[in-house]
Amino acid sequence: MKRMIGLALAAAFCAGQANAQELTGTLKNIKETGVITLGHRDSSIPFSYLDDNQKPIGYAMDICYKIVEAVKKELKLDKLEVKLTPVTSSTRIPLLANGTIDLECGSTTNNTDRQKQIAYTNTHFLTASRFVSKKSSKINSIDDLKGKSVVSTSGTTNIKQLTEANAARNLNINIIPAKDHAEAFLMVETDRAVAFVMDDILLASLVAGSKAPADYVISKDAFSKPEPYGIMLRKDDPAFKKVADAATAALYQSPEGTKIYEKWFMAKIPPKGLNLNVPIGPEQKKSFAKPSDSPDPDAYAM
Amino acid sequence: MFASFDFDVIRRSLGYLFLDGMAFTLTLTGLSALGGIIFGTLIALMRLSGYKLLGHIAGLYVDLMRSLPLVLVIFWFYFLMPYVGQWVTGASRPISVGAFTSALVTFIMFEAAYFSEIMRAGIQSISKGQPAAANALGLTYAQTMRYVVLPQAFRNMLPVLLTQTIVLFQDTSLVYVLSMPDFLGAASKVAQRDGRLVEMYLFAAIVYFVISCTASFGVRRLQARISIVR
Amino acid sequence: MNYNWNWSIFFEPAPGGTGTYFNMLLSGLWLTIQTGVFAWIIALVFGSIIGVLRTLPSKTAYWVGFAYVEFFRNMPLLVQLFLWFFVLPELVPRSWGLWLKQLPNAPFYTAAIGVGLFMSARVAVQLAAGIASLPRGQKQAATALGLTTVQSYRYVLLPIAFRIILPPLTSEFLNTIKNTAVAITIGLIELTGQARSMQEFSFQVFEAFTAATVMYLLINIIVVTGMRFLERSLAIPGYITGK
Repeated sequence: MKRMIGLALAAAFCAGQANAQELTGTLKNIKETGVITLGHRDSSIPFSYLDDNQKPIGYAMDICYKIVEAVKKELKLDKLEVKLTPVTSSTRIPLLANGTIDLECGSTTNNTDRQKQIAYTNTHFLTASRFVSKKSSKINSIDDLKGKSVVSTSGTTNIKQLTEANAARNLNINIIPAKDHAEAFLMVETDRAVAFVMDDILLASLVAGSKAPADYVISKDAFSKPEPYGIMLRKDDPAFKKVADAATAALYQSPEGTKIYEKWFMAKIPPKGLNLNVPIGPEQKKSFAKPSDSPDPDAYAM
Repeated sequence: MFASFDFDVIRRSLGYLFLDGMAFTLTLTGLSALGGIIFGTLIALMRLSGYKLLGHIAGLYVDLMRSLPLVLVIFWFYFLMPYVGQWVTGASRPISVGAFTSALVTFIMFEAAYFSEIMRAGIQSISKGQPAAANALGLTYAQTMRYVVLPQAFRNMLPVLLTQTIVLFQDTSLVYVLSMPDFLGAASKVAQRDGRLVEMYLFAAIVYFVISCTASFGVRRLQARISIVR
Repeated sequence: MNYNWNWSIFFEPAPGGTGTYFNMLLSGLWLTIQTGVFAWIIALVFGSIIGVLRTLPSKTAYWVGFAYVEFFRNMPLLVQLFLWFFVLPELVPRSWGLWLKQLPNAPFYTAAIGVGLFMSARVAVQLAAGIASLPRGQKQAATALGLTTVQSYRYVLLPIAFRIILPPLTSEFLNTIKNTAVAITIGLIELTGQARSMQEFSFQVFEAFTAATVMYLLINIIVVTGMRFLERSLAIPGYITGK
């Protein structure tokens, strides 16, 4: 008899709990499956890249794990399995839209065009689009790229900006799309392309990690203003976005946000023990103090 | 010429290359071949069933798959499958299909078109007298296929099926375009991280060559044995 | 299906400034055809030489043909393209390598040659089988007439062997065109590549891939029809295909 009452109570309790949370979208999915899938990159150093054991690590991965924790707490789960799926610049948006991944943890530029397809949580970095070339090829400005082979990663805002600049300024550049940043950088290192157009922070990390960092120079000329990076999530999923926004805002506003930043930008990072030495700038400080998912570069300007 | 080579990069990554990369490639090859042969046999049976509509559908499917580059099909399936899953199960959102599952379904569906042509030839190679005799013995169509025709067709076609499986083994390298960690993907990840394209791609080429060569040598011996028995 | 279809996307301007997304796909189609035809010429030339080598009485010739075919058949096409594109320029003297890498259309040439050589092994196998299927009397009659080996291949064996293998050659030609899509990995922006760029720029995944699919089907239909016409016009009445 005692057992029966216990069972009935338990059943009532469960039912009550189920009713209390009318979950929707991604949160509902995660609750049902007990799994959250993170999309990661291969070579977006130091945001999301593979370490010596081929495990994805990085600044954006650390932020994503904070969101995972918040989701776990929100759904009152004892266990939340994290699945990792590699994505490229080219596949990340369709794979997010079609549900293969729930969060994209990398170096994705937040802009109005993309906001029509997907949503972002609060900005985690700001970077402008520039190009890297060998010092020996003496390329100082965008106009010097005229008629040359230039590589960029397919599916990025950078290759789009390069394509548009190429048309607008009649540069006649031969644009080579590469699958990922490391591959693109190797094209410059092996002289297959004279320059690689990418976000300057990624260029700086690739140069620092190369065999002869002193051989390269990053352009002063930029293809864009400093643009915000954000973790991507699916559009029209306010409940999930709320959890992610709250988690990232709390992180960025606490001393832990600065600590995570310094861990990846001001200290030695695996696998080679590089120190990128990029101190936190005033724009970045502002974006941490007032977290925002605005795609407008001017919203972050000082 | 080889002075600036760093062969140590291969030794250091052997574990990852084989335990992760090659394991992914071989599992994908094995399961796709199995699924592809089963699905391919079904398609072949549909084409030979005598029902016009069924035959046409199967024929269209085979023609479609054989007209498209595998790379395009890989993109199609990876992006489309969650929506298909949603449609099939009636879920409110696209269903998450993992990278491996997606690749597996792609290769099963794609290679089935090729396997079906082989099985069709195999079934047609069985003399008409056999199904007739089975029919006379009172076997149903399903029984005739199950006990008389398919075992022989499968046996006769085994070398060709295995050769197609070797092609499939090589084709799985194309999941590279989705950044999946198959053998070539693993090699390229190491190559790009350490800037050692030459060493890693040469090594990958040799490994693929040795495996495919050994396998096709085995198939040739098998073929010789089977043809003697016949 | 919660996906925003937008079929009018094809008529919207693409970021390249060279026209609409449809123009973008057409330029990809054109590059696919160019690469495919160039590769097919290479496949036919090398495949014929190696195919003939495999049927000559000389043991050395046979082994050369055998090694060639095994080399190109036992490596994934993708790996072969990587070897030509990334590895070869580093193994030759530095100045040659630099020249190779800075060719303005390096991906195009690499793709055409890489796919061409890959397919040549298949053409060689088909041709050797075609020659082997000819009755022995043909070769003997040619010899009896006083034809040299070269002449007997040129005037007797090859014309018939090629007619016999025309149907499998059609499908190998189609395979050549399809295989050029693998060159997306070395930066060749052919049809599949343009469909992918269109997806990246416009986010309309399925429209882009549907258009590419339709274009590949069209190529197939045109080639198959054309080859059937060729088969019929080359048929010798009363012999093999001339039923």
